[in-house]
Amino acid sequence: MSVTETRPTTTEAPLPGRPRGLASRARWAVADGWAVAGRDLTHWMRQPWEIGFGLLFPVLMVLMFVYLLGGSMSVPDGGDYTEYLMPGMFAMAMVFGLGETVTAVTTDAARGVTDRFRSLPMASSAVVVGRCLADMLRSTLALSVLVGFGMLVGWRWHGTFTEALAGFGLLLLLRFALVWIGVYVGLLARGQGAISVIQTLEFPIGFLSNAFVATATMPLWLGTIADWNPMSSTVTAVRGLFGNPVAVGDTWITQNAPLMAVVWPLLLVAVFAPLCVHKYRDLSG
Amino acid sequence: MAPTRKAISARGLGRRFKDGWALRDFDLEVEPGTVHGLLGPNGAGKSTAVRVLTTLLRHHEGTAEVAGYDVAAQGSEVRYRIGLVGQNAAVDEILSGRQNLRLFGRLYHLGGRVAARRADELLERFGLSDSGDRPVGTYSGGMRRRLDLAAGMILSPPVMFLDEPTVGLDPRGREEVWSAVRDLVEDGTTVLLTTQYLEEADRLARTISVIDTGRVIAQGSPTELKTRIGGDRIDVVLTDGTALERAAALVAEATGHPVDVDLEGRRLSAEVDDRVAALTRSVRVLDEEAVGVADVLLRRPTLDEVFLQLTESGEHSPNTTTEVAR
Repeated sequence: MSVTETRPTTTEAPLPGRPRGLASRARWAVADGWAVAGRDLTHWMRQPWEIGFGLLFPVLMVLMFVYLLGGSMSVPDGGDYTEYLMPGMFAMAMVFGLGETVTAVTTDAARGVTDRFRSLPMASSAVVVGRCLADMLRSTLALSVLVGFGMLVGWRWHGTFTEALAGFGLLLLLRFALVWIGVYVGLLARGQGAISVIQTLEFPIGFLSNAFVATATMPLWLGTIADWNPMSSTVTAVRGLFGNPVAVGDTWITQNAPLMAVVWPLLLVAVFAPLCVHKYRDLSG
Repeated sequence: MAPTRKAISARGLGRRFKDGWALRDFDLEVEPGTVHGLLGPNGAGKSTAVRVLTTLLRHHEGTAEVAGYDVAAQGSEVRYRIGLVGQNAAVDEILSGRQNLRLFGRLYHLGGRVAARRADELLERFGLSDSGDRPVGTYSGGMRRRLDLAAGMILSPPVMFLDEPTVGLDPRGREEVWSAVRDLVEDGTTVLLTTQYLEEADRLARTISVIDTGRVIAQGSPTELKTRIGGDRIDVVLTDGTALERAAALVAEATGHPVDVDLEGRRLSAEVDDRVAALTRSVRVLDEEAVGVADVLLRRPTLDEVFLQLTESGEHSPNTTTEVAR
């Protein structure tokens, strides 16, 4: 008997679709990314308390700052502290997303889910794109909840609708940049340790900015660092767009906040996205 | 018509990490439709080899083809033709078994409806239909590993990689996985199986590579390996444990080989060159010295002995033995 090339198979396996050409490839990449993100949506539905806590935490912080500390807070140029605070809290909610990204990436890598994905013939971008989609959705939800709550405690935007949209756009752009930092950190450092470090770091990063108090009230050197915190540029620009009290000095970085609120995130993405792609292609077990 | 291709073929494969080569001069050839066992202690390079062959990790030296495609240059083609099961590839714990299989089906580009149908088929085939809608976190170890296998089987790939598929399973779970592997082979699938368990390799694999410190140190069928490494062995079980030391010296002299002593089993074991003659000499000298013998056995070496001998042999660094112990 001669050896033939065809093998008998008792199970008739389905034939996979194959991307052919650039357009088809792009379509698959989107579909694959969406399928991966869909997994996160299912997680939320199965474990709503997890996402619920994530949404509740910024709300608690608003309560704390408006009612507990707000009485002794003053805005340098006058103006209502709640109005001053809320854009900072919106940005803070974006920063809290960093820990969520790192947690998700680290957990998937440690459990071998990432490797399962990588062993499939899907678009190589899909895991990261899916992560990005899911995180952006989650942060958009967090932002919506916080905006609603902000209005309950007296915050308003005074500009046009377009300006308000631009403000939310800048906040989500900051979150987008943080996704890539989070993915890179998550791939780089395995284990629970990385998650704790990032979650602890969120607070100094958030507080060392103009989110809660004007940088002019800080010692000069500290205020300068806080002014150059990318988060501060976003907060200042967003305050301007919402027509909330801005209260900044006249240094270059604070005067050019709207520009830097775009430049900082793009710069961070330009640095961290290639790092993520490089790291993702060659993960050791 | 076409010459029969190897299902897996690697030549001079090498992968370096910060602390040195995890894989070096690694050669492997696996015939289609067979099970090949990759056997070695922890840290020997088994997982690195699997990760390179499944395109999860880049290699720094050599070439490798899986199902006829180059793992470095044609990664996507390879991924359409392999399934990966084991410590390196897991399923989502929060999703149900069915949701997992549907998700992976979609990522194999089956389309939603076909992926759903395939998920149902595989759940049925692996006896998971009843628990298909429960979160995987509630599954037993054996069930989870069967789901792993199902996930690797979505396209019925010609080549399956099972990376230590029975680690941490109870005997029943292990038996379930073994029977699933036999079914795969019956369907014509090629299986590369990595394991630390010699019994597993002995029972499933047609050919075995023994790997240590990143290199293949022996290759062949289980029988060939047992033959190549030393000849037959004689086992002597004593009635009285206190005579072990004296008996060991006698048997060593009768066989001309060092004797392994198993205190608990009151068992002496030694290699023999001239089989029955050595057995006769050993029994006679023990009888003359009035050492009580409960049992005598002439046998082929076990794969365990082959493995220990290979990984402890002198050509390797003294570190090897401590790595085995880890």
